[in-house]
Amino acid sequence: MEAVRTTHLKKTYHGKTAVDEVSLTIEQGELFGLIGPDGAGKTSIFRMLTTLLLPDGGAAAVDGLDVVKDYRQIRKRVGYMPGKFSLYPDLSVEENLNFFATVFNTTVAANYTLIKDIYVQLEPFKKRRAGKLSGGMKQKLALCCALIHKPTVLFLDEPTTGVDPVSRKEFWEMLQQLKAQHITILVSTPYMDEASLCDKVALIQQGKILSVDTPAAIVASYPQPLYAARANEMHQLLKALQQSADVRSSYGFGEFAHVSFKDTDIDIASFETILAKKGLTDIEIRPTPVTIEDCFIERLNSQA
Amino acid sequence: MKEAVITTDKLTKRFGDFVATNEISFEVSRGEIFGFLGANGAGKTTAMRMLCGLSTPSSGNASIAGFDVYRQTEQIKKNIGYMSQKFSLYEDLTVLENIRFFGGIYGLSRPRIREKGEKLIKDLGLEQEAKKLVGALPLGWKQKLSFSVAILHDPQIVFLDEPTGGVDPVTRRQFWNMIYEAADRGVTIFVTTHYMDEAEYCNRISIMVDGRVKALDTPRNLKEHFGAATMDEVFYALARGAKRSE
Repeated sequence: MEAVRTTHLKKTYHGKTAVDEVSLTIEQGELFGLIGPDGAGKTSIFRMLTTLLLPDGGAAAVDGLDVVKDYRQIRKRVGYMPGKFSLYPDLSVEENLNFFATVFNTTVAANYTLIKDIYVQLEPFKKRRAGKLSGGMKQKLALCCALIHKPTVLFLDEPTTGVDPVSRKEFWEMLQQLKAQHITILVSTPYMDEASLCDKVALIQQGKILSVDTPAAIVASYPQPLYAARANEMHQLLKALQQSADVRSSYGFGEFAHVSFKDTDIDIASFETILAKKGLTDIEIRPTPVTIEDCFIERLNSQA
Repeated sequence: MKEAVITTDKLTKRFGDFVATNEISFEVSRGEIFGFLGANGAGKTTAMRMLCGLSTPSSGNASIAGFDVYRQTEQIKKNIGYMSQKFSLYEDLTVLENIRFFGGIYGLSRPRIREKGEKLIKDLGLEQEAKKLVGALPLGWKQKLSFSVAILHDPQIVFLDEPTGGVDPVTRRQFWNMIYEAADRGVTIFVTTHYMDEAEYCNRISIMVDGRVKALDTPRNLKEHFGAATMDEVFYALARGAKRSE
């Protein structure tokens, strides 16, 4: 059965469309990523699916239950970690966890196996007030609280925003462990590199889904051969690429510029010569694997 | 060697027993794009506050645009620009009002504000939005606008604290083009980011771990030194051993 299904889901605020007819299906046990920048509509989708916000159109179901009609049942079954820290800052780690367990008519002991791996890292600080925890620890406690009633579907809204690369990696390792316990996870992120860690992703921008598929299939659908270029001076290289009539698209990508050409059979060596005439040196152009970020940029450019 | 516009020597900040920033020493040259990286809680914000003249160091020295961080904090503030993801512009003022407000704060004359403001709006293509509230603009535009406002008074140095967090990949790159152009004009860029691909766009980067600068070099040299293919791996190798988080 599907864990989540939305059909033409819509939300508008004061006439502005935040979620524009979004249709998604998330299978049970799937780790599904909603990938898009701030303001893309990710949080609105999360809030409708967790029954905290009423849709203005379309429909959505979680575990086969309707988000409007069956909201009470949905609330018992799902776990939600909002983007903003929402635990009680004046309660200790332990008290927060016990509180959330009690609200859901269960005990910490009953579902301890689910949170054990995460909670052991918090245990040394269990008497500390939640408000006094470090950013990474707050995040771990919030995840424990969202899991303590053994939800069927876990909603994580931008759990890694503003988090450094090391902590981000650790967080994704935790998600993989949860997935192994058959919990369906919907996670949103503005970091494109996290997409490859999901079973399936939806790329979203301005309330609209640009594409939904496995990361591998999205990457495979990229329409052109892609090249990585570098030279002695990145800014000059980017300018030269931008001005070239042979170039279809070009943009910085870390150490390299990513380039695709109008003519897919272009002779790279002669193109390098053209760049050299513009004063660039140490020019190197070679084929490069496509990433989710390239696909996202491609979709945005083709829309514009 | 180019002229140094930021010089720190064993700059330190203690809060009680806690050493937030521990004897950091480095130089940044005029027109350089300097990436200031570190894990959450490594001490970046504390260091940046001292460099901006907002927090008095516990020990060590630093000179910003030729001014001393202990005695000349007011001159420092006049010669730098600052922008962060969290605070940039007033959402309830229009684009033009924000420009006038910040221009006034920076002490620009009215004709100068008008002239600068017109150019800024034209460069950003915001003619249609000039009289709209900043709060109504998409995030990407806000970030580009707030960068332009942060350098409205032609500061020698601009400090950017995670300027591109949450911004879409196309806008993120447009933002970096603006950074490159400002650097070409001689503005020194001091930037923090959690995007490791952006670290590659910097001339040099430093990586802070537990209050200390653990590495400082060009991205290429750092990768070579750590035998890493990407900056992500360099960061991971250094920050993995961090004892503290924010």
